[in-house]
Amino acid sequence: MGAKLAEMTDPGDDLKVLPADSQTLSDRIVQTIYHEAGLIAGKVVSRNAPSADWDRRLDDILTSRVWGYPVMMLLLGLILWITISGANYPSEVLAVWLFSLEEVFGQALLWAGAPDWLYGFLILGVYRSLAWVVSVMLPPMAIFFPLFTILEDLGYLPRVAYNMDDLFCRAGSCGKQALTMCMGFGCNAAGVIACRIIESPRERLIAILTNNFVPCNGRFPLLITMAVIILGGMVWNHGNITAAAAVVAAVLTGVAVTLAVSYFLSRTLLKGVPSFFTLELPPFRKPAFGQIIVRSIMDRTLFVLSRAVMVAAPAGGIIWVLANISFGDISILGYSAAFLEPFGRLLGMDGIILLAFILGLPANELVIPLMIMGYMATGSLQEIQNLTALKTLLVDQHGWTYMTGICVMLFSLLHFPCATTLLSIHRETKSFKWTLAAFMIPLLTACLVCFMVSHCRV
Amino acid sequence: MGKAQLLKLPRKFPLPEQTPPVIALAGNPNTGKSTIFNLLTGLKQHTGNWPGKTVLLSSGSYYYQQQEYKLVDLPGTYSLLANSPDEESARDFLCFARPQATVVVADATCLERNLNLILQVLEITSQMIVCVNLLDEAKRKHISLDLKALEVELGVPVVATTASRGRGINRLKEAIKDMAAGRTNVTPRRIIYDEEVEMALQQIQFQMAETLENCQIDRRFLALRLLDGDQTLIRKAADHKNLEDKVWAQSLLK
Repeated sequence: MGAKLAEMTDPGDDLKVLPADSQTLSDRIVQTIYHEAGLIAGKVVSRNAPSADWDRRLDDILTSRVWGYPVMMLLLGLILWITISGANYPSEVLAVWLFSLEEVFGQALLWAGAPDWLYGFLILGVYRSLAWVVSVMLPPMAIFFPLFTILEDLGYLPRVAYNMDDLFCRAGSCGKQALTMCMGFGCNAAGVIACRIIESPRERLIAILTNNFVPCNGRFPLLITMAVIILGGMVWNHGNITAAAAVVAAVLTGVAVTLAVSYFLSRTLLKGVPSFFTLELPPFRKPAFGQIIVRSIMDRTLFVLSRAVMVAAPAGGIIWVLANISFGDISILGYSAAFLEPFGRLLGMDGIILLAFILGLPANELVIPLMIMGYMATGSLQEIQNLTALKTLLVDQHGWTYMTGICVMLFSLLHFPCATTLLSIHRETKSFKWTLAAFMIPLLTACLVCFMVSHCRV
Repeated sequence: MGKAQLLKLPRKFPLPEQTPPVIALAGNPNTGKSTIFNLLTGLKQHTGNWPGKTVLLSSGSYYYQQQEYKLVDLPGTYSLLANSPDEESARDFLCFARPQATVVVADATCLERNLNLILQVLEITSQMIVCVNLLDEAKRKHISLDLKALEVELGVPVVATTASRGRGINRLKEAIKDMAAGRTNVTPRRIIYDEEVEMALQQIQFQMAETLENCQIDRRFLALRLLDGDQTLIRKAADHKNLEDKVWAQSLLK
């Protein structure tokens, strides 16, 4: 052995010459460490009674083959149902309050002698879009995020990963991907960074490329709003349940697409065999409720909202300008929307929606505000009394059908990641090629799915 | 993320002496590291009850008795064998940034598994404090720990905390203060490997002593990594600015 080692440290030699030896060596090193840890633990730890049983029993249910998935869907459905039922009333109150303020600001502006174009720009462009955004997005977020944070703090998310491990292995990727997806529910950029916990570079890349298929904080409000105003009212009387079911279906679709794309990638571009991993199921912990409410409102709700508002305000102004600068008879906005119209129609949507998605690249939170602004700028301006006004704007004035709603939800779920996420992907993969792939794969998927859905008539 | 800034691994080592002492926070995933980080720094990094929440190094600072301390939260790992990028970044930070004290947060409910990491950190640095956290949960599960015995076994300070209720944090600050000021006597437990491994280690170390005079990394650890067939560390050591004899290290790599 000594002789071999002398060779090994010799500059001319390489460690790989002795594969068998170094293999057993590293095994022995690890074994010694484990043995030592066992020795110390034996002297320090004593168990007086068998460890608490209730969490094991709970785990048996939450991670069982039979109950695992139903429980998962029920929990998600329940959270969304509470969100949707709870958000209706505060949304209306907020809308009424914000638009009574519009009156006040408008009068003040006119009293100060502001010209008409300034009134239009500030009140009809900037303020009105802001009011829409806040009243539509704030209440659902203020309910959804704390509930979701409670699930997170309870320790439920790793159980989800455990349940889904089998599916991911069949798709040729790593079960840890489910954890990075859970992170993606918060923010896809964070989800992409979380992919570092995956050891195999191949599986890591798959996880990075597909992380975008789980809806992030910025996209949940869109999914919920669409589900409520378009699908909830259209199908039958139990609007809230329908809407909650629609969002659950959207999330499941996202997971299904993740698996399908992972499967496709692991059979084509990123071939390989899935590796094993150990996942620690953390103990269930009683969440600190007060802290959760504060944290989830400060960190998530206000963060998402402020991003939406900060960009929506200037965007509202810009869109107003675009809609009011005309060449000939048609405004710039009209030109762009008309240009995109055929593509939009092909995907079951229209030009304005597509424009909103494209302009929403910096942040997904922007899509709803941009859409509303686009419509309001081209159509007649809508006074809002309550949330059904949004429905009036979309359905009655711009001809949305439930199919439009479904396509918007699907496109939002599957389309290209936001700019922040793309930057993270570039930083993580250090490759322009993979960043482009991370843009194109979702885009093509979204186009394909929307095209198929909108063209299959039941 | 609060105000915590993300740290890239410092390119230039070591840190200048007048800067505040750097304290590293290591530990298995989901042991409450982030909670302790938040308690010490007052930052509001979101903590989650699942492993893998912290994959980046985040840093913050705090004052204790008029002295500033810089705290770096390492990614939670089960080992430092550098199997994955997060393990590698945790190990590299301990090796190259050489914090004045390293706090390893351990889960009281499964100490044995946590000890694996503790023993590995102990091979890199003896400036270590073990922080046994989640004592309330251990109590609920009827697990009792003899922390005095643990201190004797490991030869480094052991502090008990229940971070979710903020218990034990002052004792931890006190232990950090003593260690950063060099007032703590440590007699770190060294793992003795089997005869063959030990002989090989000695031989490699002997060669290093001749050629790697200014290497800051613990030679035994470096030798151990080489023996394990892991060349990433020596490769980084070879790129290291302060290393006088790069040639040897680089030739070793070939």
